[in-house]
Amino acid sequence: MSVIQALDIGLALLVLAVAAWTIAAREAFASVVGYVAYGLLLSLVWVRLFAVDVALTEAAIGSGVTGVLLISAVVRLRKSEAPAAVERPGVVLRVLAGALCTVVATALAAVVLLMPDPGATLAPEAASHLGELGVGNPITAVLIAYRSFDTMLEKVVLILAVIGVWSLAPDRAWGGAAGPRRIARPEGALAFLAQLLPPLGIVVAIHIVWVGANEPGGAFQGGAILAAMALIVMMARLAEAPEIRRRWLRLALIAGPAVFLAIGVAGFVVPGSFLAYPAGWAKPLILFIEAFMTLSIAATLPMLVIGPPDRPPLP
Amino acid sequence: MSAATLAGLTGAALVGFGLYGLLTDPHPLRKILAFNILGSGVFLLFGIIARKGAAAGFAADPVPQAMVITGIVVAFSATALAVALLLRLFQETGRATLNPDAPAKTPGADG
Repeated sequence: MSVIQALDIGLALLVLAVAAWTIAAREAFASVVGYVAYGLLLSLVWVRLFAVDVALTEAAIGSGVTGVLLISAVVRLRKSEAPAAVERPGVVLRVLAGALCTVVATALAAVVLLMPDPGATLAPEAASHLGELGVGNPITAVLIAYRSFDTMLEKVVLILAVIGVWSLAPDRAWGGAAGPRRIARPEGALAFLAQLLPPLGIVVAIHIVWVGANEPGGAFQGGAILAAMALIVMMARLAEAPEIRRRWLRLALIAGPAVFLAIGVAGFVVPGSFLAYPAGWAKPLILFIEAFMTLSIAATLPMLVIGPPDRPPLP
Repeated sequence: MSAATLAGLTGAALVGFGLYGLLTDPHPLRKILAFNILGSGVFLLFGIIARKGAAAGFAADPVPQAMVITGIVVAFSATALAVALLLRLFQETGRATLNPDAPAKTPGADG
């Protein structure tokens, strides 16, 4: 067994151990901390699968932004843990559930082991049109060109989630803001970090979006980094989240899918079908769409994390 | 055993772990966590399909990878909505439970 193989097995065991901890931990806070670590370890597994784009997304969104959301939720729900604990099912039910889960996991493991190698693939089809698109990263090509309809609808899902979260606001807070209030003189390590990181983070995010056309990266990953920068500034209480009635905020939320849809509809006129790019214009249009999608993702993720507005709008 | 097969087996086990937590843990936040673990296990199964579809000079089939990236973002939005619903439930009833027979405390009595 080579060193790499030993490391792979160690990584897999570590991922499973942290996942088991997340499920079994007695306190919800410990469980959430386990989940954040789990997300980071999982992104290493994605690197081992040669899926760097997925690893970036998993680290930024699956672990980072979800972690902020869950940690702030678990702190607010602390008093609900003890009453819920008495509803835990009995031993018999738990053993039955364990048996069921073992059957499901074993069946999936059998599928993995019996999978044909090499398996079915769309990689040659994805590769054959990269030249026309002028895009070097096949995943960006799939997301913004071949399966662009999925990606556009996914942006709509993000907006629906924001509408769902906002609709949970009490009536008196509608139009107002959520999240921690700004304080005049924030201090401490978090405030220092929130002043130090954003300039670097913004440059890294723009770089990741820009190189996403040819290298691992793209609108999702870059947008998530921008969102993280906005969140750290809000958490350090250097700035407040905008009131949800602000027109610029709402425009930022819908800019990505709106531009995507507009270019998609324009496809009817020039190449002749929905979401088709005119020949020679694919790359600039893809970059144009990605820029607005990055803006929308950077606006949407923090709004989802800080939750519904909880104070009335200022007059 | 290749790294891809190992990751696929890890994914299968994660689906089992997540399903167990979803079924047995009564606290909704823990159910949300378990559901996310289940989901990431499914994503890993996509990962092995992508890796086994390596062709045309790519280390992995880009189509399943793009689906996973979309999936991670959609899973995040569903998680955010679920957490917001749960916090609102706790704010209104003082309890966080999916049991409809649980006695509701007066709002704000302990929170």
